[in-house]
Amino acid sequence: MKKLSPGRKRLVNNSITYGMVAAAFIILQVLRGQGMVSPSLEGQLVPICAYVVMAISLNLVVGISGELSLGHAGFMSVGAFSGVIAAMSLQNAIPSPALRLVVAMVVGALFAGVAGFIVGVPVLRLRGDYLAIVTLAFGEIIKNIINILYVGVDGSGLHFSTKNEAALALESGGKAILKGPMGVTANVKLATFTAGFILVLIAITVVLNLVNSRAGRAILALRDNRIAAESVGIGATKYKLMAFVTSAVLAGAAGALYAMNYSSVAAKKFDFNTSILVLVFVVLGGMGNIRGSIIAAALLTVLPELLRAVNDYRMLVYAVVLILVMLATNNPTIRDFFSRLGLKKAPAKKGVKQA
Amino acid sequence: MGILLGILNNLIKGISLGSIYAIIALGYTMVYGIAKMLNFAHGDVIMVGAYVCFFAMGQYKLHPIVAVLLAMAVCTVLGVIIERLAYKPLRAAPSLAVLITAIGVSYFLQNSALLLWKSDTKIFPSVVGTGSFKIGELSITHVALVTVAACVVIMLALTFFTSRTKMGKAMRACSEDKGAAMLMGIDVNRTISMTFAIGSALAAVAGVLLCSAYPTLMPTTGSLPGIKAFTAAVFGGIGSIPGAMLGGILLGIIEIFAKAYISTALSDAIVFAVLIIVLLVKPSGLLGKTIREKV
Amino acid sequence: MSRMEQRKPTRLVPVPSVNMVPERDVDKRPILECRNLGIDFGGLTAVDEFDMAIGRTEIAGLIGPNGAGKTTVFNLLTKVYQPTRGTILLDGKDTHNMSITQVNRAGIARTFQNIRLFDKLSVEDNVKIGLHNQIRYPMWNGVFRLPGYWKKEKLAHESAMELLHIFDMEDLANHQAGSLPYGAQRRLEIVRALATNPSLLLLDEPAAGMNPSETADLMENILKIRDTFHIAIMLIEHDMNLVMGICEGICVLNFGKIIAKGTPEDIQNNPRVIEAYLGSQKKEG
Repeated sequence: MKKLSPGRKRLVNNSITYGMVAAAFIILQVLRGQGMVSPSLEGQLVPICAYVVMAISLNLVVGISGELSLGHAGFMSVGAFSGVIAAMSLQNAIPSPALRLVVAMVVGALFAGVAGFIVGVPVLRLRGDYLAIVTLAFGEIIKNIINILYVGVDGSGLHFSTKNEAALALESGGKAILKGPMGVTANVKLATFTAGFILVLIAITVVLNLVNSRAGRAILALRDNRIAAESVGIGATKYKLMAFVTSAVLAGAAGALYAMNYSSVAAKKFDFNTSILVLVFVVLGGMGNIRGSIIAAALLTVLPELLRAVNDYRMLVYAVVLILVMLATNNPTIRDFFSRLGLKKAPAKKGVKQA
Repeated sequence: MGILLGILNNLIKGISLGSIYAIIALGYTMVYGIAKMLNFAHGDVIMVGAYVCFFAMGQYKLHPIVAVLLAMAVCTVLGVIIERLAYKPLRAAPSLAVLITAIGVSYFLQNSALLLWKSDTKIFPSVVGTGSFKIGELSITHVALVTVAACVVIMLALTFFTSRTKMGKAMRACSEDKGAAMLMGIDVNRTISMTFAIGSALAAVAGVLLCSAYPTLMPTTGSLPGIKAFTAAVFGGIGSIPGAMLGGILLGIIEIFAKAYISTALSDAIVFAVLIIVLLVKPSGLLGKTIREKV
Repeated sequence: MSRMEQRKPTRLVPVPSVNMVPERDVDKRPILECRNLGIDFGGLTAVDEFDMAIGRTEIAGLIGPNGAGKTTVFNLLTKVYQPTRGTILLDGKDTHNMSITQVNRAGIARTFQNIRLFDKLSVEDNVKIGLHNQIRYPMWNGVFRLPGYWKKEKLAHESAMELLHIFDMEDLANHQAGSLPYGAQRRLEIVRALATNPSLLLLDEPAAGMNPSETADLMENILKIRDTFHIAIMLIEHDMNLVMGICEGICVLNFGKIIAKGTPEDIQNNPRVIEAYLGSQKKEG
């Protein structure tokens, strides 16, 4: 095999990623046109896109920036609810559903980005497991807050309350959008597979372009060796925060997309288990490997559906598959085998200590 | 006087809940200290312990003490098996791989429980009855008393174990430096297994006590207390036994007081907010040691 | 800039203990001046009463037995550790309360005793990371691939190649940094440090693990770097041939304190040094 320069290799690699996503989209669209997509898969198309974006965005934090986050669903949640509130309150102002969906995703992304900044500033001062636990804590706090939040809209604008629906004091003709633990119950479904596909492309572009730029190199440098990176004048906080906020923005857009696919959605959907689910996508797909994240997220979102035949056992099978994959991918013999086949590059041993 | 009484009552409740967290947190902290891994399945071992005790008492009419011992035995074996099958092959793997595996084990335990014992909520009979002591107007349930007593006994026993016994010293040596411990002739694998065994036995005790105080039992019973206990372990300084104890009890007290005086719906958020503040002020927890990176 | 102007351009009178500045630099403000620098770890005093000055284009050596506190001095200068007491003046400017990052931006770059490269990245990327503050463009230029991105990336590539040329390492640009041989890794670390455009370069055991011919090349290159970039270099090294060969001033550290300072000749003949360090080595060798 001819040795390619890293730049060329990166180009080929990225093209494969874009091509793969585009091909999957076209094939699915053709199949849908011919009515060959089962209703259950049809219903999964938008969530798959949302989870793919979640996985890409979390990979930016965990794989590329090297900080374990266990609260990523929190940003998805912020994006979901702010997006839905925006879409529902602008129902009359913006008649075009496509434009309303875009507005929902942009608003979701912005609010999640702000949340990411607020969370990131204190969190990124911590290291390792402590950082992980604090992201977990923030995820839970976000869930709790949305759980007690009531939001309604009427002629005079948005109303907020933390007590109950009546406390919103809506005028006649106003409607409650977010109803505490019940969440949103009367959303107009706007999300489409095409919108999801576009969001996936945007997420890939943002992350891949970021990584191959000055800021991205700084983020990678901080991950690989923080002290060395600081010693060449890279500000740790700034670039860690940049990765974290960018990731939150993408997660917020994904959350809005996801929520706009359902007529009702509640805060408990975006709990710790969802954060973990996305983390599983990232780890199985390979740290820092965007294409891996996409494949893992798509497959693992579909997998439980495919296992419907063994309905009662599907989560059990899922768990066993998860454990076996982790054991297999970390088994030296198997890894050697794959690297000899040239299928997968054996990761270099991490942190060889020098005396 | 009413307010004071209320505060006292809540304090007792908080200490009792906190003691349960502390017992679970001890399991987390010991495993973390020695294997440097977050054993996410720990919360589900609690649930298994509670189920074993439930069936032993209900279906097989065993004496509560026998039932608890049985639950401890089952969990010990379970903990050791999990460690052998799922974690041991990953000793050299990156910590995230181990974390995901632990999550897999957690899913596995929850879903096995779902298949074996169904999703319906079981009403757990308290192992020590439902009576309570009365001191004036103050009432302390037997469960609370037993929980706190159990917690104190476990704490003292563990402190003795780690500081005085050969196995305990081996554990501390392994948590400092596995390589060096191995060179000193310590069987690291056996020590890690032992840690898992102790942690899991404690989880069984915690499960029984938790369900005695809050008598609903289902396959997901262990997850939230598991997460909170993990938080408690970090709160106190992960890897430190007194830290886990302190963290657990403080967490319990904060949670009960937040529920009683601020908001039930926000109590978890408040607990986590306090955790965040503590970690920002003391980045390695209340009793944790700060480690200077060698350059 | 305003802080620079406020400071009076005092011409420091060389204090007797600060006598390492070579003649050509004597009139100028020393690039680095340490006054009574010290740090305690818990109860242990690792470095104490560290006074020295380095001329603007001097090559200075910091030597001493293992555990004498040499690397700790580097860590103090680069703010990996904050000093417990004392002052560090970098080009007359107090570095008090600066972070590692700020000290680098102010002009100190370093290498590490246990090499700290970005192992998984290419050699070229390692140098480009060193150029982080020299060739700048905002994040969105990169994310949206605006014209500024292409222009600056081209410049970064060219500068990186130029810097790699110092050690004739252009051919290795596409290799993964972690896969390089030991000597090349040490050289790459120096290139990366130089990329930050420092006025003072700290080298922590640059010749460690190199064979004699590599060390000879390194000596030449250190001189070349000084003459090309007109910067000061301070190095920690155990290879006495290298130290005595290229250092103009040498500072000997033992148990965290300076036991001698002076030219290579002074140091070689200093009885305290011979006793503490060279003497014992002579016996061994």
